[in-house]
Amino acid sequence: MISVRDLCKHYRVHRRPPGLRAAARSIFRRPHVTVRAVDGVSFEVSPGERVGFLGPNGAGKTTTLKVLSGLLHPTSGEVRVAGHEPRRRDEAFLKQITLVMGQKQQLLWDLPPAETFELNRAIYGVGRDDFRRTMDELGDFLELGDLPFKPTRQLSLGERMKCELAAALVHRPRVLFLDEPTIGLDVSMQAAVRSFVKRYNEHSGATIVLTSHYMHDVAALCPRVVVIDRGRLSYDGGLEALVRRMRPERRLVLHLERPVDRVDLEKLGKVVALERAEAVLQVHQEVLQSTVSRALATLPVRDLTVENAPLEEVMSELFSRSRADLAAAEQAP
Amino acid sequence: MRLAGTLRALPVMLRVGFADAVAYRAELLVWVLSTTMPLIMLALWSAVARDGPLGRFGQAEFTAYFLATFIVRQVTGSWISWQMNYEIRRGTLSMRLLRPVHPLVAYGVESLGVLPLRVVVSLPVAAIVLAVVGSGMLPRGPGMWALCGAALAGSWLLTFLVSFGIGSLAFYLESSVKVMEVWLALFFVFSGYLVPIELFPPALRTVADALPFRYQIGLPVELLTSAHGWPEALALVGRQWLFVAGAAGAALLVWNGGLKRFAAFGG
Repeated sequence: MISVRDLCKHYRVHRRPPGLRAAARSIFRRPHVTVRAVDGVSFEVSPGERVGFLGPNGAGKTTTLKVLSGLLHPTSGEVRVAGHEPRRRDEAFLKQITLVMGQKQQLLWDLPPAETFELNRAIYGVGRDDFRRTMDELGDFLELGDLPFKPTRQLSLGERMKCELAAALVHRPRVLFLDEPTIGLDVSMQAAVRSFVKRYNEHSGATIVLTSHYMHDVAALCPRVVVIDRGRLSYDGGLEALVRRMRPERRLVLHLERPVDRVDLEKLGKVVALERAEAVLQVHQEVLQSTVSRALATLPVRDLTVENAPLEEVMSELFSRSRADLAAAEQAP
Repeated sequence: MRLAGTLRALPVMLRVGFADAVAYRAELLVWVLSTTMPLIMLALWSAVARDGPLGRFGQAEFTAYFLATFIVRQVTGSWISWQMNYEIRRGTLSMRLLRPVHPLVAYGVESLGVLPLRVVVSLPVAAIVLAVVGSGMLPRGPGMWALCGAALAGSWLLTFLVSFGIGSLAFYLESSVKVMEVWLALFFVFSGYLVPIELFPPALRTVADALPFRYQIGLPVELLTSAHGWPEALALVGRQWLFVAGAAGAALLVWNGGLKRFAAFGG
């Protein structure tokens, strides 16, 4: 469904130091630098897949998404989405994709969202019966209620995002690009958006490429992740495999009957956290089973759970490792 | 988007454009008040003409000319270059580019969506023209009225395409607002908006004839006030449409080149 080969997108950016002198000098001379926002990225996405596109701020995720949706012309490389070259922005291509950006909106600000839905119906050439069916379905999935009939400017951020999603799906696209769709939303609204995206994917078989800084989004939605940093691909594969690779240790969360000495816990594994009668131990996968048995035998355990390391930690470690690798590669003769 | 699809979508696009234009009532009132410059010029030139006519312009002719100018400006105005400048700089143009309809059409329909409202504002002014100067100065015969229609359409297209082209310069210049301001300064001088072209000194009139500004306002006003006979009117409308074709080519050239440079910042 999506094929990207050696994609590069470079920007020429004017650089100017602060201050009056620099401002005056910039009238006559403007130094420019080339920013390699995306620098030789390749990957494939199959139909119906849900892929998380991850990376720190400025990594090149959004730029890649904008190239995939035809908004930006690539500097070089080959990109195909649903059999089309996005930069051409053919009608057939635009009718198969949608891009939802958490920080941008397509809803008409001064009119109720229903007007944007109707406008999109007309522009995408959706028949009235299909439109009614789609809106009924989306209204159900997103619990829109009477939101489409209130002026957009009077909706809360979460309500607006629900309507943004509905507006973006009027034409039932086969490929959804979601750029931080849960940004700024409260926890329950984030969960609602996540559950909708998953349901939509399962129901329609649409391909979903998502960027998000919220690891809950990624964990809930994306079996596969593509990690990009400083414009380069640093990982492409299963989320589980990534976590295992970065952190082969598991976390043993112990709820105890009473507080115990740290020394007793350290005999079992690395103590990550200890607070009153709750402790978190880090133990290697191979000794997990025996450690659990020893914990149950030697400690007043009330409850015990085994978890992976938090995704945020895994990602943070991945980003710092890939930056270190990059720095080393740049310094190499 | 194919032409048939665009035509099918057009009624909804126009209706939504109109609904968007009338969303704020107070803003509407301010907007009407801000387009009264021809009425001020009318008062000024009528006072000048009280002592005797200037060329063919007596008080009645000035009244007809500037009220017609008011109407033409209302129905042919386009202010999209500011909106485009904002959308290109802030990256919000992205949402427009995702839809399968050419932004030229989308911006055009948005401009046209305001038209019914402007016609409503213009109707009382047209009634005043008729009451004050009578129907003697109006075009005679359906042919001349059709030519007036063509000139008004050409005027709207020329103004819109220039606005679109200048708005597209934001892809290259980071801000195209100053370019539009320069264009407007020249427009006010050479379009006949403040002074009828007929009252220009001959040398300046030759310059005005060769520039596009006159065809944005002056020409339709001149035709509506029967300033030209058939052969001259036909030649002038022909020249106006040549400017329209040139403006369309230039605007699309600037747009297509600029789109490759679009950085879609801000998101």
